[in-house]
Amino acid sequence: MHELAITQSILDIAVKTAKDNGGVKVKEIRIKMGEYSGVVPSLIQEYFDLVSRDTLAEKALLIIDRVPLTVRCLSCGFEGAIDRMKIRCPICGGTDIKLLTGREFYVDSLEVEELDGDKGSQADPGVE
Amino acid sequence: MEIKVVKQILEWNEDCSNEIKKDLKEKKVCLINVLGSPGAGKTSLIMKLIEKLREEYRIGVIEGDIAGQIDAEKIDRLGLPVVQLQTDGACHIEAMSIQHILPMFQLEDLDVLFVENIGNLVCPAEFNIGENFRIAMLSVPEGDDKVEKYPLMFATSEALVIHKADMLPYFEFDRNRVKEKATDINPHLTVFEVSSRTEEGLDAFLAWLIERINKELQ
Repeated sequence: MHELAITQSILDIAVKTAKDNGGVKVKEIRIKMGEYSGVVPSLIQEYFDLVSRDTLAEKALLIIDRVPLTVRCLSCGFEGAIDRMKIRCPICGGTDIKLLTGREFYVDSLEVEELDGDKGSQADPGVE
Repeated sequence: MEIKVVKQILEWNEDCSNEIKKDLKEKKVCLINVLGSPGAGKTSLIMKLIEKLREEYRIGVIEGDIAGQIDAEKIDRLGLPVVQLQTDGACHIEAMSIQHILPMFQLEDLDVLFVENIGNLVCPAEFNIGENFRIAMLSVPEGDDKVEKYPLMFATSEALVIHKADMLPYFEFDRNRVKEKATDINPHLTVFEVSSRTEEGLDAFLAWLIERINKELQ
């Protein structure tokens, strides 16, 4: 249920960024989400469809890119992906490791329509 | 048109959590976030810790609950500063709520502030609330598979208390499985078996806790 609070934050970021850049409609929101995050991606889109009603991000598609958990072993220097259920170096078994990726949770980019001219990569459906 | 954003989604909470941390560091207060399921025994353990630590430290408590103030009333009877935080349906505590509540305490007169988070293994783990560290609790009747099912809480805590340890003979609870899985996802986690009722295992946990608090209050 905390997905609702998180979704509201995604919406706020998208709407503000679009407005600041002269956008009139948000079509896509691309999110980077580390594997380590406990957020349920499918819930985010459902909640988003609810909270985005009557905003310029209404009907925007959320594209969530999961980022694998990767680490550097401070003992043997191994760098690479590991299983989140086994936080140790797969080569030397060391537990003195530094997380490189996997904790990300941010709005990476937006696809927006501007007021005149550029309607993005898709053709204007013209049915509004 | 594509717009590059790169903005943290939980930024509002992280910023607020960092402000609380800074504020409490200046005032020399150690904030401990206690996490676990409903019925894990969070209130009972906190009350036991108060009993054992109150000679040594000036303690306050924030009781997080979705509704009601049963837990805060229990702590209040011990004669300590306690504030009930009602989340009004929300499944977790956010840093902002803690920031609003802190002025209700005389922070200069406190050393340790326990926050009993909402009983829930999932959501509270996502939100930092300005804590110095987290203690995760798992009680024996809940079952020994919870670490594997809800890894984030165990991955972000410094200690795991296997609570109601006096119930171990009555449940099929494989303590070694819990310890192994928990330290797999968090190699720096320290695991304790404690019963607040019989006090078994309490001394070892208290020794760890005191050392940990003192490190923060230096």
